[in-house]
Amino acid sequence: MPVTAEKLKELEKMAKKLRYDIVMMIGTGKPGHLGGSCSIADLMSVLYFYKMRIDPKNPKWPDRDRFVISKGHAVLAQYAALANLGYFPMDDLGTLKELGTKLQGHPEMLRMPGLEANTGSLGQGLSVSCGIALAGKLDKRDYRVYCIMGDGEIAEGQVWEASMTASYYKLDNLVGILDKNRIQAMGPIEKRYDTNPHADKWRAFGWNVLEIDGHNIEEIVAAFDKAEQVKGKPTMIVANTVKSKGVPFAENKAQFHHGMMTQEQYDTARELFVD
Amino acid sequence: MNKQNCRAVYGKTLVELGMKDERIVALDADLCKSTMTCLFEEAFPDRHFEMGIGEQNMVSVAAGLALSGKVPFVNSFAVFSAGRPYDQIRVSVCIGEVNVKIVGSSAGLSDFGDGATHQSIDDIAIMRVLPNMVVLSPADGIETAKMVKAMVDHDGPMYIRILRNDVPDVTDPKTEFKIGVPTVIRDGKDITVFAHGYMVYKALLAADILEKEGVSLKVVNVSTLKPIDEDVVKELCAGAKGIVTVEENSIIGGLANAIAMIMRGSAIPMEAVAVKDVFGQSALDWEELLVHYGLTEKEIVAAVKKVLK
Repeated sequence: MPVTAEKLKELEKMAKKLRYDIVMMIGTGKPGHLGGSCSIADLMSVLYFYKMRIDPKNPKWPDRDRFVISKGHAVLAQYAALANLGYFPMDDLGTLKELGTKLQGHPEMLRMPGLEANTGSLGQGLSVSCGIALAGKLDKRDYRVYCIMGDGEIAEGQVWEASMTASYYKLDNLVGILDKNRIQAMGPIEKRYDTNPHADKWRAFGWNVLEIDGHNIEEIVAAFDKAEQVKGKPTMIVANTVKSKGVPFAENKAQFHHGMMTQEQYDTARELFVD
Repeated sequence: MNKQNCRAVYGKTLVELGMKDERIVALDADLCKSTMTCLFEEAFPDRHFEMGIGEQNMVSVAAGLALSGKVPFVNSFAVFSAGRPYDQIRVSVCIGEVNVKIVGSSAGLSDFGDGATHQSIDDIAIMRVLPNMVVLSPADGIETAKMVKAMVDHDGPMYIRILRNDVPDVTDPKTEFKIGVPTVIRDGKDITVFAHGYMVYKALLAADILEKEGVSLKVVNVSTLKPIDEDVVKELCAGAKGIVTVEENSIIGGLANAIAMIMRGSAIPMEAVAVKDVFGQSALDWEELLVHYGLTEKEIVAAVKKVLK
Protein backbone atom coordinates (compact mmCIF):
# COMPACT_ATOMS: atom_id res chain seq x y z
CA MET A 1 0.00 0.00 0.00
CA PRO A 2 1.77 3.15 -1.18
CA VAL A 3 -0.52 5.43 0.78
CA THR A 4 -0.25 5.86 4.51
CA ALA A 5 -3.24 5.69 6.81
CA GLU A 6 -2.52 9.28 7.61
CA LYS A 7 -2.80 10.28 3.95
CA LEU A 8 -6.08 8.41 3.62
CA LYS A 9 -7.43 10.33 6.62
CA GLU A 10 -6.26 13.56 5.07
CA LEU A 11 -8.03 12.73 1.79
CA GLU A 12 -11.22 11.84 3.66
CA LYS A 13 -11.01 15.12 5.49
CA MET A 14 -10.51 16.99 2.23
CA ALA A 15 -13.55 15.29 0.69
CA LYS A 16 -15.54 16.53 3.66
CA LYS A 17 -14.13 20.01 3.18
CA LEU A 18 -15.06 19.95 -0.51
CA ARG A 19 -18.64 19.03 0.42
CA TYR A 20 -18.69 21.86 2.93
CA ASP A 21 -17.55 24.27 0.23
CA ILE A 22 -20.14 22.96 -2.22
CA VAL A 23 -22.91 23.58 0.30
CA MET A 24 -21.52 27.04 1.07
CA MET A 25 -21.27 27.88 -2.63
CA ILE A 26 -24.92 27.06 -3.25
CA GLY A 27 -26.14 28.70 -0.05
CA THR A 28 -29.82 29.51 0.10
CA GLY A 29 -32.13 31.27 -2.25
CA LYS A 30 -30.57 29.92 -5.43
CA PRO A 31 -30.56 26.45 -6.91
CA GLY A 32 -27.31 24.59 -7.34
CA HIS A 33 -26.05 21.24 -8.56
CA LEU A 34 -25.64 19.73 -5.12
CA GLY A 35 -26.30 16.09 -6.00
CA GLY A 36 -23.76 15.46 -8.73
CA SER A 37 -21.14 17.63 -7.06
CA CYS A 38 -21.34 15.78 -3.76
CA SER A 39 -21.31 12.38 -5.46
CA ILE A 40 -17.87 13.11 -6.94
CA ALA A 41 -16.31 14.83 -3.91
CA ASP A 42 -14.30 11.79 -2.81
CA LEU A 43 -13.06 11.21 -6.36
CA MET A 44 -12.07 14.88 -6.58
CA SER A 45 -10.22 14.69 -3.29
CA VAL A 46 -8.11 11.74 -4.43
CA LEU A 47 -7.43 13.17 -7.90
CA TYR A 48 -6.49 16.67 -6.83
CA PHE A 49 -4.83 15.95 -3.51
CA TYR A 50 -3.14 12.65 -4.24
CA LYS A 51 -3.05 11.50 -7.81
CA MET A 52 -2.60 14.34 -10.22
CA ARG A 53 0.74 15.96 -11.03
CA ILE A 54 -0.20 19.62 -10.92
CA ASP A 55 1.22 22.96 -9.93
CA PRO A 56 -1.41 25.48 -8.78
CA LYS A 57 1.08 28.29 -9.34
CA ASN A 58 1.53 27.22 -12.94
CA PRO A 59 -1.89 26.14 -14.25
CA LYS A 60 -0.64 25.94 -17.85
CA TRP A 61 2.42 23.78 -17.07
CA PRO A 62 2.72 21.62 -20.21
CA ASP A 63 3.48 18.45 -18.26
CA ARG A 64 0.59 18.73 -15.83
CA ASP A 65 -1.98 15.99 -15.56
CA ARG A 66 -5.35 17.09 -16.90
CA PHE A 67 -8.79 16.73 -15.41
CA VAL A 68 -11.82 17.28 -17.63
CA ILE A 69 -15.21 17.46 -15.98
CA SER A 70 -17.49 16.20 -18.72
CA LYS A 71 -20.48 16.39 -16.39
CA GLY A 72 -19.93 20.12 -16.27
CA HIS A 73 -22.81 20.83 -13.90
CA ALA A 74 -20.84 19.16 -11.09
CA VAL A 75 -18.07 21.72 -11.46
CA LEU A 76 -18.78 22.97 -7.94
CA ALA A 77 -16.71 20.06 -6.65
CA GLN A 78 -13.88 21.09 -8.95
CA TYR A 79 -14.16 24.77 -7.97
CA ALA A 80 -13.86 23.69 -4.34
CA ALA A 81 -10.76 21.60 -5.08
CA LEU A 82 -9.12 24.38 -7.10
CA ALA A 83 -9.82 26.95 -4.37
CA ASN A 84 -8.40 24.71 -1.67
CA LEU A 85 -5.28 24.24 -3.78
CA GLY A 86 -4.87 27.98 -4.20
CA TYR A 87 -5.74 28.38 -7.88
CA PHE A 88 -7.94 31.29 -6.80
CA PRO A 89 -8.95 32.88 -3.49
CA MET A 90 -11.32 30.87 -1.27
CA ASP A 91 -13.48 33.97 -0.85
CA ASP A 92 -14.41 33.84 -4.54
CA LEU A 93 -16.40 30.64 -3.91
CA GLY A 94 -19.20 32.84 -2.60
CA THR A 95 -19.68 34.39 -6.06
CA LEU A 96 -21.05 31.28 -7.81
CA LYS A 97 -23.26 32.27 -10.76
CA GLU A 98 -23.07 36.00 -9.97
CA LEU A 99 -22.79 38.30 -12.98
CA GLY A 100 -19.17 38.55 -14.05
CA THR A 101 -17.91 35.73 -11.80
CA LYS A 102 -15.29 33.23 -12.79
CA LEU A 103 -17.47 30.60 -11.13
CA GLN A 104 -19.91 30.13 -13.98
CA GLY A 105 -22.77 27.67 -13.68
CA HIS A 106 -20.84 25.47 -16.05
CA PRO A 107 -17.06 25.55 -16.42
CA GLU A 108 -15.49 28.26 -18.54
CA MET A 109 -11.76 27.95 -18.79
CA LEU A 110 -11.14 31.47 -20.05
CA ARG A 111 -12.59 32.84 -16.83
CA MET A 112 -11.24 30.33 -14.36
CA PRO A 113 -7.65 29.09 -13.99
CA GLY A 114 -7.17 25.34 -13.68
CA LEU A 115 -10.01 24.31 -15.97
CA GLU A 116 -8.94 22.33 -19.02
CA ALA A 117 -12.02 22.58 -21.25
CA ASN A 118 -15.45 24.10 -21.50
CA THR A 119 -18.16 21.58 -20.82
CA GLY A 120 -21.79 21.69 -19.82
CA SER A 121 -23.41 20.41 -22.93
CA LEU A 122 -23.12 16.77 -21.90
CA GLY A 123 -21.14 14.14 -23.74
CA GLN A 124 -18.25 16.22 -25.05
CA GLY A 125 -15.63 15.91 -22.33
CA LEU A 126 -14.39 12.44 -23.18
CA SER A 127 -13.74 13.51 -26.77
CA VAL A 128 -11.81 16.57 -25.62
CA SER A 129 -9.87 14.30 -23.25
CA CYS A 130 -9.04 11.99 -26.15
CA GLY A 131 -7.62 14.98 -28.03
CA ILE A 132 -5.48 15.98 -25.06
CA ALA A 133 -4.30 12.39 -24.64
CA LEU A 134 -3.51 12.08 -28.38
CA ALA A 135 -1.45 15.28 -28.20
CA GLY A 136 0.40 13.86 -25.21
CA LYS A 137 1.31 10.78 -27.25
CA LEU A 138 2.37 12.91 -30.24
CA ASP A 139 4.56 15.12 -28.07
CA LYS A 140 5.88 12.19 -26.05
CA ARG A 141 4.82 13.84 -22.82
CA ASP A 142 3.92 11.58 -19.94
CA TYR A 143 1.01 13.54 -18.51
CA ARG A 144 -2.20 11.68 -17.81
CA VAL A 145 -5.76 12.72 -18.57
CA TYR A 146 -8.73 12.12 -16.29
CA CYS A 147 -12.31 12.59 -17.41
CA ILE A 148 -15.39 12.20 -15.25
CA MET A 149 -18.83 11.49 -16.70
CA GLY A 150 -22.25 10.80 -15.29
CA ASP A 151 -24.28 7.63 -15.78
CA GLY A 152 -27.09 9.75 -17.18
CA GLU A 153 -24.67 11.60 -19.45
CA ILE A 154 -23.52 8.48 -21.26
CA ALA A 155 -26.83 8.36 -23.11
CA GLU A 156 -25.15 10.97 -25.33
CA GLY A 157 -23.95 9.13 -28.44
CA GLN A 158 -20.78 11.17 -28.65
CA VAL A 159 -19.50 9.42 -25.52
CA TRP A 160 -19.42 6.16 -27.44
CA GLU A 161 -17.76 7.77 -30.45
CA ALA A 162 -15.07 8.96 -28.05
CA SER A 163 -14.84 5.56 -26.38
CA MET A 164 -13.93 4.08 -29.76
CA THR A 165 -11.34 6.78 -30.39
CA ALA A 166 -9.73 6.04 -27.02
CA SER A 167 -9.45 2.33 -27.65
CA TYR A 168 -8.56 2.60 -31.34
CA TYR A 169 -5.70 4.98 -30.57
CA LYS A 170 -4.67 2.95 -27.51
CA LEU A 171 -4.90 5.90 -25.16
CA ASP A 172 -3.51 4.31 -22.02
CA ASN A 173 -2.76 7.82 -20.75
CA LEU A 174 -6.50 8.37 -20.43
CA VAL A 175 -8.65 7.40 -17.46
CA GLY A 176 -12.42 7.75 -17.55
CA ILE A 177 -14.46 7.84 -14.39
CA LEU A 178 -18.13 7.01 -14.46
CA ASP A 179 -19.89 8.69 -11.56
CA LYS A 180 -22.58 6.08 -11.21
CA ASN A 181 -24.89 7.93 -8.86
CA ARG A 182 -27.94 6.30 -10.44
CA ILE A 183 -30.03 9.43 -10.67
CA GLN A 184 -30.46 11.84 -13.57
CA ALA A 185 -32.28 15.17 -13.43
CA MET A 186 -35.77 13.73 -13.78
CA GLY A 187 -35.36 10.65 -11.60
CA PRO A 188 -33.63 7.30 -11.17
CA ILE A 189 -31.74 6.08 -14.23
CA GLU A 190 -33.36 2.67 -13.98
CA LYS A 191 -36.83 4.19 -14.21
CA ARG A 192 -36.20 7.07 -16.61
CA TYR A 193 -33.67 5.83 -19.18
CA ASP A 194 -31.52 2.92 -18.13
CA THR A 195 -27.96 3.15 -19.42
CA ASN A 196 -26.92 -0.12 -17.73
CA PRO A 197 -25.02 -2.35 -17.98
CA HIS A 198 -21.99 -0.13 -17.64
CA ALA A 199 -18.85 -2.22 -17.12
CA ASP A 200 -19.78 -4.60 -19.93
CA LYS A 201 -20.39 -1.74 -22.36
CA TRP A 202 -16.99 -0.18 -21.72
CA ARG A 203 -15.28 -3.56 -21.92
CA ALA A 204 -16.97 -4.21 -25.25
CA PHE A 205 -15.66 -0.86 -26.46
CA GLY A 206 -12.11 -1.95 -25.69
CA TRP A 207 -11.53 -0.41 -22.29
CA ASN A 208 -9.94 -1.83 -19.18
CA VAL A 209 -12.67 -1.54 -16.53
CA LEU A 210 -12.41 -1.26 -12.76
CA GLU A 211 -15.43 -1.12 -10.48
CA ILE A 212 -15.18 0.55 -7.11
CA ASP A 213 -17.08 2.17 -4.29
CA GLY A 214 -16.74 5.81 -5.27
CA HIS A 215 -16.87 6.92 -1.66
CA ASN A 216 -14.17 4.62 -0.36
CA ILE A 217 -10.96 6.64 -0.47
CA GLU A 218 -8.74 3.59 -0.25
CA GLU A 219 -10.48 1.93 -3.20
CA ILE A 220 -10.32 5.14 -5.24
CA VAL A 221 -6.59 5.49 -4.58
CA ALA A 222 -5.99 1.87 -5.54
CA ALA A 223 -8.01 2.21 -8.75
CA PHE A 224 -6.12 5.29 -9.97
CA ASP A 225 -2.81 3.61 -9.13
CA LYS A 226 -3.84 0.45 -10.93
CA ALA A 227 -4.98 2.37 -14.01
CA GLU A 228 -1.48 3.74 -14.34
CA GLN A 229 -0.09 0.26 -14.84
CA VAL A 230 -2.37 -0.60 -17.75
CA LYS A 231 -0.71 -0.39 -21.15
CA GLY A 232 -2.28 -0.25 -24.62
CA LYS A 233 -5.82 0.63 -23.61
CA PRO A 234 -7.71 3.28 -21.68
CA THR A 235 -9.16 2.53 -18.26
CA MET A 236 -12.69 3.24 -17.12
CA ILE A 237 -13.34 3.39 -13.41
CA VAL A 238 -16.99 2.69 -12.73
CA ALA A 239 -17.47 4.43 -9.40
CA ASN A 240 -20.60 3.46 -7.52
CA THR A 241 -21.72 6.61 -5.80
CA VAL A 242 -24.67 8.17 -4.04
CA LYS A 243 -26.24 11.34 -5.36
CA SER A 244 -25.78 14.17 -2.81
CA LYS A 245 -23.56 11.86 -0.77
CA GLY A 246 -22.99 13.17 2.74
CA VAL A 247 -26.09 15.36 2.87
CA PRO A 248 -28.73 12.98 4.28
CA PHE A 249 -31.82 15.02 3.44
CA ALA A 250 -30.69 15.24 -0.18
CA GLU A 251 -29.17 11.80 -0.74
CA ASN A 252 -30.67 9.81 -3.61
CA LYS A 253 -33.14 12.57 -4.38
CA ALA A 254 -33.49 13.76 -7.98
CA GLN A 255 -34.78 17.11 -6.79
CA PHE A 256 -31.28 17.88 -5.52
CA HIS A 257 -29.75 17.33 -8.94
CA HIS A 258 -30.25 21.07 -9.20
CA GLY A 259 -32.05 21.97 -6.02
CA MET A 260 -32.63 24.84 -3.70
CA MET A 261 -31.93 24.44 0.02
CA THR A 262 -34.13 26.00 2.67
CA GLN A 263 -32.34 27.96 5.38
CA GLU A 264 -32.91 25.03 7.71
CA GLN A 265 -31.51 22.52 5.26
CA TYR A 266 -28.56 24.74 4.57
CA ASP A 267 -27.75 25.08 8.27
CA THR A 268 -28.10 21.33 8.74
CA ALA A 269 -25.84 20.58 5.79
CA ARG A 270 -23.20 23.04 6.90
CA GLU A 271 -23.14 21.59 10.38
CA LEU A 272 -22.51 18.13 8.93
CA PHE A 273 -19.19 19.15 7.48
CA VAL A 274 -17.85 21.51 10.10
CA ASP A 275 -14.87 20.01 11.82
CA MET B 1 -9.10 31.73 -67.76
CA ASN B 2 -7.06 29.51 -65.50
CA LYS B 3 -9.13 27.20 -63.33
CA GLN B 4 -8.14 25.52 -60.09
CA ASN B 5 -9.74 23.10 -57.72
CA CYS B 6 -9.93 24.66 -54.28
CA ARG B 7 -9.93 21.25 -52.56
CA ALA B 8 -6.69 20.32 -54.27
CA VAL B 9 -5.15 23.68 -53.44
CA TYR B 10 -6.24 23.31 -49.83
CA GLY B 11 -4.79 19.81 -49.52
CA LYS B 12 -1.50 20.81 -51.11
CA THR B 13 -1.18 24.01 -49.09
CA LEU B 14 -1.81 22.20 -45.83
CA VAL B 15 1.06 19.82 -46.64
CA GLU B 16 3.37 22.74 -47.42
CA LEU B 17 2.47 24.46 -44.18
CA GLY B 18 2.73 21.18 -42.30
CA MET B 19 6.35 20.86 -43.34
CA LYS B 20 7.21 24.13 -41.65
CA ASP B 21 4.89 23.85 -38.67
CA GLU B 22 4.75 20.66 -36.66
CA ARG B 23 1.76 21.89 -34.68
CA ILE B 24 -0.53 21.33 -37.66
CA VAL B 25 -2.61 18.16 -37.51
CA ALA B 26 -5.56 17.03 -39.60
CA LEU B 27 -8.65 15.01 -38.73
CA ASP B 28 -11.01 13.29 -41.13
CA ALA B 29 -14.27 11.41 -40.92
CA ASP B 30 -13.78 8.87 -43.71
CA LEU B 31 -13.71 11.44 -46.49
CA CYS B 32 -10.05 12.37 -46.80
CA LYS B 33 -9.95 11.61 -50.52
CA SER B 34 -12.73 14.12 -51.03
CA THR B 35 -11.44 16.75 -48.63
CA MET B 36 -7.96 16.16 -50.07
CA THR B 37 -6.35 15.79 -46.67
CA CYS B 38 -5.31 12.40 -48.01
CA LEU B 39 -2.25 14.39 -49.11
CA PHE B 40 -1.57 15.40 -45.53
CA GLU B 41 -2.07 11.82 -44.36
CA GLU B 42 0.46 10.63 -46.91
CA ALA B 43 3.00 13.28 -45.92
CA PHE B 44 2.49 13.11 -42.15
CA PRO B 45 0.84 9.82 -41.17
CA ASP B 46 1.44 10.47 -37.46
CA ARG B 47 -0.26 13.84 -37.61
CA HIS B 48 -3.33 12.73 -39.49
CA PHE B 49 -6.18 11.17 -37.53
CA GLU B 50 -8.88 9.07 -39.08
CA MET B 51 -11.79 9.62 -36.71
CA GLY B 52 -14.23 7.25 -38.33
CA ILE B 53 -17.67 8.46 -39.29
CA GLY B 54 -18.19 10.51 -36.15
CA GLU B 55 -18.02 14.25 -36.73
CA GLN B 56 -19.21 15.35 -33.30
CA ASN B 57 -16.44 13.45 -31.58
CA MET B 58 -14.00 14.66 -34.24
CA VAL B 59 -14.65 18.31 -33.41
CA SER B 60 -14.27 17.85 -29.66
CA VAL B 61 -11.14 15.73 -30.11
CA ALA B 62 -9.74 18.56 -32.22
CA ALA B 63 -10.52 20.93 -29.35
CA GLY B 64 -8.47 18.71 -27.03
CA LEU B 65 -5.59 18.71 -29.51
CA ALA B 66 -5.76 22.49 -29.81
CA LEU B 67 -5.84 22.89 -26.04
CA SER B 68 -2.57 20.96 -26.02
CA GLY B 69 -0.89 23.30 -28.51
CA LYS B 70 -1.76 21.67 -31.83
CA VAL B 71 -3.36 23.46 -34.77
CA PRO B 72 -6.04 20.99 -35.84
CA PHE B 73 -7.87 21.14 -39.17
CA VAL B 74 -11.18 19.28 -38.99
CA ASN B 75 -12.29 18.02 -42.37
CA SER B 76 -15.52 16.85 -43.88
CA PHE B 77 -18.26 18.01 -46.18
CA ALA B 78 -19.62 21.33 -44.91
CA VAL B 79 -22.94 19.77 -43.90
CA PHE B 80 -21.05 17.29 -41.70
CA SER B 81 -18.24 19.49 -40.39
CA ALA B 82 -20.35 22.56 -39.62
CA GLY B 83 -23.92 21.30 -39.39
CA ARG B 84 -23.81 17.98 -37.65
CA PRO B 85 -21.40 19.00 -34.84
CA TYR B 86 -22.87 22.45 -34.32
CA ASP B 87 -23.07 22.10 -30.55
CA GLN B 88 -19.55 20.71 -30.34
CA ILE B 89 -18.28 23.71 -32.31
CA ARG B 90 -20.28 25.94 -29.98
CA VAL B 91 -19.23 24.42 -26.66
CA SER B 92 -15.92 22.61 -27.19
CA VAL B 93 -14.53 25.25 -29.55
CA CYS B 94 -16.14 28.68 -29.66
CA ILE B 95 -17.02 29.55 -26.06
CA GLY B 96 -13.43 28.94 -25.02
CA GLU B 97 -11.96 30.48 -28.21
CA VAL B 98 -10.16 27.22 -28.91
CA ASN B 99 -7.83 27.21 -31.90
CA VAL B 100 -9.73 24.73 -34.09
CA LYS B 101 -10.05 25.11 -37.86
CA ILE B 102 -13.26 23.71 -39.33
CA VAL B 103 -13.09 22.91 -43.03
CA GLY B 104 -16.42 22.73 -44.82
CA SER B 105 -15.63 20.89 -48.01
CA SER B 106 -17.92 20.25 -50.99
CA ALA B 107 -19.80 23.32 -49.81
CA GLY B 108 -22.78 25.17 -51.20
CA LEU B 109 -24.40 23.37 -54.11
CA SER B 110 -21.04 22.13 -55.39
CA ASP B 111 -21.81 18.54 -54.43
CA PHE B 112 -24.48 18.66 -57.11
CA GLY B 113 -25.21 14.95 -57.39
CA ASP B 114 -25.76 14.07 -53.77
CA GLY B 115 -28.83 16.19 -53.16
CA ALA B 116 -30.21 18.18 -50.26
CA THR B 117 -28.52 16.19 -47.47
CA HIS B 118 -25.10 17.03 -48.86
CA GLN B 119 -25.59 20.60 -50.03
CA SER B 120 -24.73 23.23 -47.46
CA ILE B 121 -27.04 26.16 -47.95
CA ASP B 122 -26.90 26.91 -44.24
CA ASP B 123 -23.22 26.60 -43.24
CA ILE B 124 -22.44 30.29 -43.59
CA ALA B 125 -25.38 31.31 -41.42
CA ILE B 126 -24.76 28.82 -38.61
CA MET B 127 -21.05 29.53 -38.46
CA ARG B 128 -21.55 33.29 -38.57
CA VAL B 129 -23.91 33.29 -35.63
CA LEU B 130 -21.30 31.79 -33.31
CA PRO B 131 -19.39 34.36 -31.25
CA ASN B 132 -15.58 34.14 -31.70
CA MET B 133 -15.88 32.35 -35.04
CA VAL B 134 -14.14 33.66 -38.16
CA VAL B 135 -15.89 32.62 -41.39
CA LEU B 136 -14.02 32.39 -44.69
CA SER B 137 -15.10 31.64 -48.24
CA PRO B 138 -12.35 31.85 -50.86
CA ALA B 139 -13.23 33.05 -54.33
CA ASP B 140 -10.66 30.86 -56.05
CA GLY B 141 -7.62 28.65 -55.65
CA ILE B 142 -5.26 31.59 -55.30
CA GLU B 143 -7.17 32.91 -52.34
CA THR B 144 -7.62 29.44 -50.85
CA ALA B 145 -3.87 29.04 -50.47
CA LYS B 146 -3.51 32.43 -48.80
CA MET B 147 -6.38 31.71 -46.46
CA VAL B 148 -5.07 28.37 -45.26
CA LYS B 149 -1.85 30.10 -44.27
CA ALA B 150 -3.82 32.83 -42.52
CA MET B 151 -5.74 30.16 -40.64
CA VAL B 152 -2.53 28.78 -39.20
CA ASP B 153 -1.31 32.24 -38.25
CA HIS B 154 -4.57 33.29 -36.59
CA ASP B 155 -5.15 31.93 -33.09
CA GLY B 156 -8.83 31.11 -32.66
CA PRO B 157 -11.83 29.26 -34.11
CA MET B 158 -12.22 29.50 -37.88
CA TYR B 159 -14.44 28.06 -40.54
CA ILE B 160 -13.46 27.84 -44.19
CA ARG B 161 -15.84 26.87 -46.95
CA ILE B 162 -14.29 24.93 -49.82
CA LEU B 163 -16.11 24.23 -53.06
CA ARG B 164 -15.89 20.83 -54.71
CA ASN B 165 -15.37 21.84 -58.31
CA ASP B 166 -12.82 23.75 -60.36
CA VAL B 167 -13.30 27.51 -60.33
CA PRO B 168 -11.67 30.25 -62.40
CA ASP B 169 -8.93 32.38 -60.88
CA VAL B 170 -10.36 35.82 -60.21
CA THR B 171 -8.15 37.23 -57.47
CA ASP B 172 -4.74 38.81 -57.74
CA PRO B 173 -1.90 36.60 -56.48
CA LYS B 174 -0.07 39.74 -55.34
CA THR B 175 -2.84 41.02 -53.07
CA GLU B 176 -2.29 40.18 -49.43
CA PHE B 177 -5.20 38.40 -47.78
CA LYS B 178 -6.36 40.17 -44.64
CA ILE B 179 -9.03 38.61 -42.48
CA GLY B 180 -12.15 40.73 -42.53
CA VAL B 181 -11.24 43.10 -45.33
CA PRO B 182 -13.33 42.97 -48.54
CA THR B 183 -11.34 43.56 -51.71
CA VAL B 184 -12.32 45.18 -54.99
CA ILE B 185 -11.90 42.73 -57.87
CA ARG B 186 -13.21 45.06 -60.54
CA ASP B 187 -13.79 48.76 -60.08
CA GLY B 188 -16.95 50.52 -61.20
CA LYS B 189 -19.13 53.43 -60.21
CA ASP B 190 -22.83 52.67 -60.55
CA ILE B 191 -23.55 49.59 -58.51
CA THR B 192 -21.55 47.85 -55.79
CA VAL B 193 -21.85 44.07 -55.98
CA PHE B 194 -20.72 42.10 -52.94
CA ALA B 195 -20.11 38.40 -53.51
CA HIS B 196 -18.22 35.47 -52.05
CA GLY B 197 -16.94 32.16 -53.40
CA TYR B 198 -17.67 31.24 -56.99
CA MET B 199 -20.29 33.98 -57.14
CA VAL B 200 -17.50 36.54 -57.44
CA TYR B 201 -16.83 35.11 -60.89
CA LYS B 202 -20.54 35.24 -61.73
CA ALA B 203 -20.58 38.89 -60.66
CA LEU B 204 -17.68 39.58 -63.01
CA LEU B 205 -19.64 37.99 -65.87
CA ALA B 206 -22.58 40.22 -65.02
CA ALA B 207 -20.27 43.22 -65.02
CA ASP B 208 -19.16 42.35 -68.55
CA ILE B 209 -22.75 42.13 -69.73
CA LEU B 210 -23.79 45.39 -68.10
CA GLU B 211 -20.75 47.27 -69.27
CA LYS B 212 -22.09 46.92 -72.80
CA GLU B 213 -25.31 48.49 -71.62
CA GLY B 214 -23.48 51.38 -70.02
CA VAL B 215 -23.82 50.25 -66.41
CA SER B 216 -20.63 50.01 -64.40
CA LEU B 217 -20.33 47.46 -61.58
CA LYS B 218 -17.89 47.50 -58.72
CA VAL B 219 -17.34 43.84 -57.85
CA VAL B 220 -16.23 43.23 -54.28
CA ASN B 221 -14.97 39.93 -52.92
CA VAL B 222 -16.21 39.50 -49.37
CA SER B 223 -14.16 36.41 -48.68
CA THR B 224 -14.37 36.89 -44.94
CA LEU B 225 -18.02 36.66 -43.97
CA LYS B 226 -17.20 37.35 -40.34
CA PRO B 227 -15.78 39.67 -39.23
CA ILE B 228 -16.42 42.23 -41.99
CA ASP B 229 -14.74 45.61 -41.85
CA GLU B 230 -17.77 47.90 -41.77
CA ASP B 231 -15.90 51.06 -42.72
CA VAL B 232 -14.56 49.41 -45.85
CA VAL B 233 -18.06 48.27 -46.84
CA LYS B 234 -19.49 51.76 -46.30
CA GLU B 235 -16.68 53.29 -48.29
CA LEU B 236 -17.26 50.86 -51.16
CA CYS B 237 -20.94 51.80 -51.19
CA ALA B 238 -20.35 55.55 -51.09
CA GLY B 239 -21.84 57.16 -54.20
CA ALA B 240 -23.29 53.90 -55.51
CA LYS B 241 -26.78 53.92 -57.00
CA GLY B 242 -27.46 50.47 -55.69
CA ILE B 243 -26.09 47.45 -53.84
CA VAL B 244 -26.42 43.81 -54.87
CA THR B 245 -25.24 40.82 -52.82
CA VAL B 246 -24.56 37.42 -54.39
CA GLU B 247 -24.00 34.17 -52.54
CA GLU B 248 -24.26 30.42 -52.98
CA ASN B 249 -26.11 29.86 -49.74
CA SER B 250 -29.36 30.71 -48.06
CA ILE B 251 -30.60 34.26 -48.26
CA ILE B 252 -30.99 34.01 -44.49
CA GLY B 253 -27.97 34.66 -42.33
CA GLY B 254 -25.36 35.17 -45.02
CA LEU B 255 -23.83 38.00 -47.00
CA ALA B 256 -27.16 39.72 -47.76
CA ASN B 257 -27.89 39.95 -44.04
CA ALA B 258 -24.38 41.09 -43.23
CA ILE B 259 -24.32 43.90 -45.79
CA ALA B 260 -27.89 45.00 -45.01
CA MET B 261 -26.93 45.19 -41.35
CA ILE B 262 -23.90 47.34 -42.10
CA MET B 263 -25.79 49.59 -44.53
CA ARG B 264 -28.96 49.91 -42.45
CA GLY B 265 -30.31 53.42 -42.52
CA SER B 266 -28.74 54.08 -45.89
CA ALA B 267 -31.00 55.21 -48.74
CA ILE B 268 -29.16 53.08 -51.31
CA PRO B 269 -31.50 50.43 -52.75
CA MET B 270 -30.42 46.87 -52.19
CA GLU B 271 -31.10 43.48 -53.81
CA ALA B 272 -29.95 39.97 -52.98
CA VAL B 273 -29.14 37.01 -55.20
CA ALA B 274 -29.00 33.88 -53.05
CA VAL B 275 -30.62 30.53 -52.49
CA LYS B 276 -34.13 31.38 -51.38
CA ASP B 277 -35.23 29.68 -48.18
CA VAL B 278 -35.17 26.18 -49.72
CA PHE B 279 -33.01 23.05 -49.68
CA GLY B 280 -31.04 21.88 -52.70
CA GLN B 281 -31.58 18.74 -54.77
CA SER B 282 -29.67 16.42 -57.07
CA ALA B 283 -28.57 17.48 -60.52
CA LEU B 284 -26.09 16.12 -63.02
CA ASP B 285 -24.09 19.30 -63.10
CA TRP B 286 -23.22 22.15 -60.73
CA GLU B 287 -24.07 24.87 -63.24
CA GLU B 288 -27.46 23.30 -63.86
CA LEU B 289 -28.20 23.62 -60.14
CA LEU B 290 -26.95 27.19 -59.99
CA VAL B 291 -29.30 28.07 -62.83
CA HIS B 292 -32.19 26.32 -61.11
CA TYR B 293 -31.64 28.29 -57.92
CA GLY B 294 -31.06 31.57 -59.72
CA LEU B 295 -27.36 31.95 -58.98
CA THR B 296 -26.32 33.22 -62.40
CA GLU B 297 -24.99 36.30 -64.11
CA LYS B 298 -28.44 36.69 -65.64
CA GLU B 299 -30.03 36.96 -62.19
CA ILE B 300 -27.35 39.38 -61.08
CA VAL B 301 -28.06 41.55 -64.10
CA ALA B 302 -31.77 41.45 -63.26
CA ALA B 303 -31.03 42.41 -59.64
CA VAL B 304 -28.91 45.33 -60.80
CA LYS B 305 -31.68 46.56 -63.09
CA LYS B 306 -34.13 46.28 -60.24
CA VAL B 307 -32.09 48.50 -57.92
CA LEU B 308 -31.54 50.98 -60.76
CA LYS B 309 -35.28 51.43 -61.26
